[in-house]
Amino acid sequence: MSVNPAASEKASRIPGVAFIFKKALISALVALVLFSLMIGVRTEAGPSGQLIYWTRFDDLAAMVATVFGGSIVVELLRQWWGPVGTVRVVPPPVQDALAVAGRWVAPVLLIFTFLVPVIFYNERYILDLGILVLTYVMLGWGLNVVVGLAGLLDLGYVAFYAVGAYSYALLATNFGLSFWVCLPLAGILAAFWGVLLGFPVLRLRGDYLAIVTLAFGEIIRLVIINWQSLTGGPNGVTGIPRPTMFGIPLSPGEDGLAARLGIEFSPTHRIVFLFYLILALALLTNWVTIRLRRLPIGRAWEALREDEVACRALGINTTTTKLTAFATGAMFGGFAGAFFATRQGFISPESFTFQESALVLAIVVLGGMGSQLGVALAALAMIGGFELFRGLDQYRMLVFGVAMVLLMIWRPRGLVGHRAPTVFLERNQAISSDLVKEGHG
Amino acid sequence: MNDGDILSVEHLTMRFGGIVAVNDLSFGAERRQITALIGPNGAGKTTVFNCITGFYKPTSGAMKLTHDDGRGIQLERLNDFRISKQARVARTFQNIRLFPGMTALENLMVAQHNALMRASGLTFLGLIGAPSWRRAETRAIDLARTWLERIGLLGRADDAAGNLPYGDQRRLEIARAMCTEPALLCLDEPAAGLNARESAALSELLLAIRTDHGTSILLIEHDMSVVMEISDRVVVMDYGVKIAEGTPREVRDDPKVIAAYLGADEEEAIAVMESGT
Amino acid sequence: MDYFAQQLINGLVLGSIYGLIAIGYTMVYGIVGMINFAHGDIFMIGGFIALITFLILVSFGLTVIPVILLIVLLVSMAVTALYGWTVERIAYRPLRHSFRLAPMLSAIGMSFVLINYSQVAQGARVKPVPPIITGGYTLHEGSGGFVVQLSNIQIVVVITTVVLLALFTWLVARTRLGRDMRACEQDQTMAALLGVDVDRTISMTFVIGAALAAVAGMMYLLYYGLVDFFMGFVAGIKAFTAAVLGGIGSLPGAMLGGLAIGLIETLWSAYFSVEYKDVAAFSILIIVLIFLPTGLLGRPEVEKV
Repeated sequence: MSVNPAASEKASRIPGVAFIFKKALISALVALVLFSLMIGVRTEAGPSGQLIYWTRFDDLAAMVATVFGGSIVVELLRQWWGPVGTVRVVPPPVQDALAVAGRWVAPVLLIFTFLVPVIFYNERYILDLGILVLTYVMLGWGLNVVVGLAGLLDLGYVAFYAVGAYSYALLATNFGLSFWVCLPLAGILAAFWGVLLGFPVLRLRGDYLAIVTLAFGEIIRLVIINWQSLTGGPNGVTGIPRPTMFGIPLSPGEDGLAARLGIEFSPTHRIVFLFYLILALALLTNWVTIRLRRLPIGRAWEALREDEVACRALGINTTTTKLTAFATGAMFGGFAGAFFATRQGFISPESFTFQESALVLAIVVLGGMGSQLGVALAALAMIGGFELFRGLDQYRMLVFGVAMVLLMIWRPRGLVGHRAPTVFLERNQAISSDLVKEGHG
Repeated sequence: MNDGDILSVEHLTMRFGGIVAVNDLSFGAERRQITALIGPNGAGKTTVFNCITGFYKPTSGAMKLTHDDGRGIQLERLNDFRISKQARVARTFQNIRLFPGMTALENLMVAQHNALMRASGLTFLGLIGAPSWRRAETRAIDLARTWLERIGLLGRADDAAGNLPYGDQRRLEIARAMCTEPALLCLDEPAAGLNARESAALSELLLAIRTDHGTSILLIEHDMSVVMEISDRVVVMDYGVKIAEGTPREVRDDPKVIAAYLGADEEEAIAVMESGT
Repeated sequence: MDYFAQQLINGLVLGSIYGLIAIGYTMVYGIVGMINFAHGDIFMIGGFIALITFLILVSFGLTVIPVILLIVLLVSMAVTALYGWTVERIAYRPLRHSFRLAPMLSAIGMSFVLINYSQVAQGARVKPVPPIITGGYTLHEGSGGFVVQLSNIQIVVVITTVVLLALFTWLVARTRLGRDMRACEQDQTMAALLGVDVDRTISMTFVIGAALAAVAGMMYLLYYGLVDFFMGFVAGIKAFTAAVLGGIGSLPGAMLGGLAIGLIETLWSAYFSVEYKDVAAFSILIIVLIFLPTGLLGRPEVEKV
């Protein structure tokens, strides 16, 4: 008895429609329950202090409908694309083309970055955005040493950023030291705190390590807020001096750089200077990291991430290895913090919340841990993406959160899916991320 | 045990709560010889290894490592990484512990960490690219290359260690341990999971290590062909105690040993042996 | 002495609230090995749901307090449990077999979503409520004029906590679900092979944890008289500190840890400084983990070499 293929195909598609419809209905029902009180009802403190509320059933209906529709779309996509993580075989010629293109991304990006102040000289907004992106690139590269290379899960990186910023701010406003003197001091102080953080977490693994570093970050923030006599508390530190070109101020006056060079002064000069300053700091971070990777200490970091027990069996002192990783990452965070203070002219504890640590961590993970280029691209994507949502300030955290969830589901190993070996005999072959461990602590 | 021993274990006892894993064990490993530690599963062999290599702190007992120049080191007083660094005892693991995300070459470079750290002037000379550092790095790569060649993996030096076939991984782990230039090499079931051809290659490698490098070897092994072929000395354990010691032949014919492996008792074993079966 | 006794009472009540939240953390960590960063915010959502339900009931003219409280409790537990279930389904289940950082970052993302969601949905300002349960008992009148009091709301919190704890311990020890949970904690693959519905068991773990957090949220609302969108973040860290202190994976440990943190926080604010009370709690976490890397009652992990 032959089966009519057309009929059986139709039969196999109809349950599909019913299935999708049922799923969407369930999702909408769940959404209804979830949103009924939180969105359907809006509470607020009334004029005389008591609590009042009003209903927003139209908003509720809209949200539920969106969930219903969105659910259908997601199901259709899933049927069409296959489940998340399906390996798609890329044809070899495309693979080769991508590999060639991949080698060009980094140099092209670098050249473009150098030229940004030239191209966008008059667009203050773009220059500021560039400075912001580069700051986060540097923070990402700094945290990359700890999380990406050494596999130590640090959720409190913002603490070192804060130490660097406040070190410069307080040294400059209290002792009049110049930026160039304070910069290494900020790094040293931050590195010192990095070692201090490292000691308690030496024996901790994975999630415990994460929560202690988070607690550390919070402690630093709370101390900053509450030690008013030292840090100015919630009001922060103001009047932080701007950086000078090795002693020559960038001001309109007679002794300013513009006057010395014989060109007309413009406030853009300072912005451009800041741009190249952060670019230089970031490139320094990058250069040091790349060199350290090829030195025994960097290789020990990566080996630590791969297998700590094997490291001990090879005579590697895992304690100093971990502490140097923390210290180095912290140092770069401190440099970035000092830059941040001088760029803003004013700092307050509000800039050093857990959200910042999470953002930098997201940049590192999204970039594909350990990959310098990946981290840079991720910073560009996230900070640039954030700027796109400028108008929806209220929803920024929401979008960031959703983006993080989606990115983890889609590409948990990050954008750059491979690791570059530090030494090779014949072929410099990238190692797939699937083989690279993420570290146990 | 005699004065020629590189390693002498005396009255080693290891207790985990109420369980006595190793009970008053004493034996010696001779210099530049291959000593095998065998016994049924659960006999406590890996525990002994972990004590010797610093992963467990023994409940009581002493383990003395004597270098060629006569210097003696009490292993029970050293902690984890120092055993490799100062006492020059290297080991491999039952479940291979390579660095899977690093290439074979990189694995061997990591093994030379301490020497390279010194040469890089605690990193600073390395950062500035000093010639002395560059020379040290080249030497390290050459040593790695030599070992890769010896284990037949030179062509796969740049492949990720995690991608190598099982037998290659085992040999790479041994090569990595040798790159630390140890006086005593401890191998935990190096032949596990290897087929006959691979076992033969392993035996050849270990014999070469003993003869050409003069490295003493202590190994745990279940594969009797390997044990019989390469060991100079065999120590047999069961239930945490030593039940026999001697040359491979002596141990093979020892009824106590046979009984232990068969799970029978000694009289039965003697009866079976005498009946000529 | 009286002052100390009062602080003791206050600390234990606060600690009970932390303990209820901590149980959720420890259960989830025990079964799927992840820190549910969004759990503190589930507690916050529970508080909000309780607030809104209460408001609606009162405006409908209900005046019998115990009835109101019961309805609020049930509604809050049910809706918040659904939140917990949804979060697990959307953000964690797809990542269950992924590498360890992925669920953690997803959880952090989810935490931001929940915080911002309540901020947007209900406005950024703190929402106060008048005291619902009033009155109490004077325990002791000291010579210095200081009165040691035990308020009714404090009694309610402690009793609710004790009842729930007993219920929950029974659930884990005696019921089928409890057995399945313990099996999944030990070996998920084997449990699945033996017929345990692992997905459902894990979902139920999140659901129960969320329900308990909802109760904590409601208790917080009754006790402190307010909710705000950020209360989950700090409470979450402290509750997780409590869970770790008591030993992650240990239920009595979570409650013990919660009480400890509540006491430390209250005593520190009373005798030293209010501003640094959170610093005290976090520092305790760090100090404990230095000496006891697996917490007070945790099972020591022996790494197999």
